[in-house]
Amino acid sequence: MRQDHLISAAHLSREDIEAVLDRAAEIDDDTAAFRQRHAGKVLGLCFFEPSTRTRMSFDTAMKRLGGQTVDMGPVESSSVKKGETLADTVRVVEGYADALVLRHPSEGAATMAAEFVDVPLVNAGDGAGQHPSQTLLDLYTIRENAGLDDLTIGIMGDLKYGRTVHSLAEALTNFDASQHFISPESLRLPRNVRYDLHASGAQVKEHTELDEVLPELDVLYVTRIQRERFPDENEYRKVAGQYQIDAETLKAASDDLTVMHPLPRVDEISPDIDDTDHATYFEQAHNGIPVRMALLDILLSQADD
Amino acid sequence: MTDDHQLRVSKIQNGTVIDHVAAGQALNVLAILGIDGTSGEAVSVGMNVPSDRLGRKDIVKVEGRELSQSEVDVISLIAPAASINIVRDYDVIEKNRVVRPDVVTGIISCPNRNCITNADEPITSRFTVLSDGVRCDYCESIVREDEVAANLDVN
Ligand SMILES: [Zn+2]
Repeated sequence: MRQDHLISAAHLSREDIEAVLDRAAEIDDDTAAFRQRHAGKVLGLCFFEPSTRTRMSFDTAMKRLGGQTVDMGPVESSSVKKGETLADTVRVVEGYADALVLRHPSEGAATMAAEFVDVPLVNAGDGAGQHPSQTLLDLYTIRENAGLDDLTIGIMGDLKYGRTVHSLAEALTNFDASQHFISPESLRLPRNVRYDLHASGAQVKEHTELDEVLPELDVLYVTRIQRERFPDENEYRKVAGQYQIDAETLKAASDDLTVMHPLPRVDEISPDIDDTDHATYFEQAHNGIPVRMALLDILLSQADD
Repeated sequence: MTDDHQLRVSKIQNGTVIDHVAAGQALNVLAILGIDGTSGEAVSVGMNVPSDRLGRKDIVKVEGRELSQSEVDVISLIAPAASINIVRDYDVIEKNRVVRPDVVTGIISCPNRNCITNADEPITSRFTVLSDGVRCDYCESIVREDEVAANLDVN
């Protein structure tokens, strides 16, 4: 990768993405070969928002590279609670670590934090903004199951606040992918993501109903519609039900359809899909380790040069 | 008509005339300049004045004040046809059309309340200028040209 940090999928070129995915495939083939790769290195985990899985996944990835992690712990017990700025926190943790992973509830937090540190920084989710390491594992999973070119993908659910969706949509503009966005009117893609897709010349269509496009899809990427986005419980129920899928729904789909989800799911994918060949979400979650190992390996090796 | 115009927007001795402001934007230009009448500058404002070039235009004259580049940059976003005339001793000694900059710093607030620039961090807002608006360098939110005035960071 040409850059020192991973902040937004919009900064990733096709070459950057392929470098990470190829490295991840190498790691998948022979994890043992990477066991001492970054022995003695320390990764700082700065999670200002609870996210057990993403944190565990980075923690595991670093340890499997022979490195160690330091964790600032829950925000409630940290100096942040006393009013310390993010800019100060990352400058302090930089002194302990060779790279940082940041999860923060505000959009733009990672962009800002990167201005204050010299070590590589990975954005592990900034509010409703971006979540690019999730995107790399999503792309790895798509490449394994459907291929990244000549791809027709449907992305369904909360497209407005779904940071994994924003990162994925922008990263896919590097490939020959036609993207279908399926959501309630009130949860459409935000203006800035639509602007980027348009500017990149991506093939994009927006829908309110899944059945308009389901039969054409190679991949269906489902996200959760969050109850707290709706002022009224009834409004939520009306909308959410329309975007749930089960084995019956998928009768209209291609046999080769790959169903993905960044997890955790609630009720948007019925468990009766889990045992079908469509279900790829657990494999997707497992891919987080080799992909995050690859990403850390590349960023840490680059920082050594 | 010229006489009538003179009556409404009188000549200034030393200062700046911001001419060819898009009709309806004069008060926003004053806001960009931080002028609310409390610090004693003599200011004349003409609104919806007939103009050959724009049909209708606004015009703002500020006595005893020259503009900073960042003020001119933001004026260019809401009034791209504006010209900035510097007056000394009743004569226009310099006349420049505004040029849209690539980046504006510190003058527009991000309308995204959840943007890190609106938290208590040691950073200044920074926006990249697009063809029809600006974009927050931090959260990537887009502010359209017609929304810029509403998000000016003027106190
Ligand atoms: Zn912003």
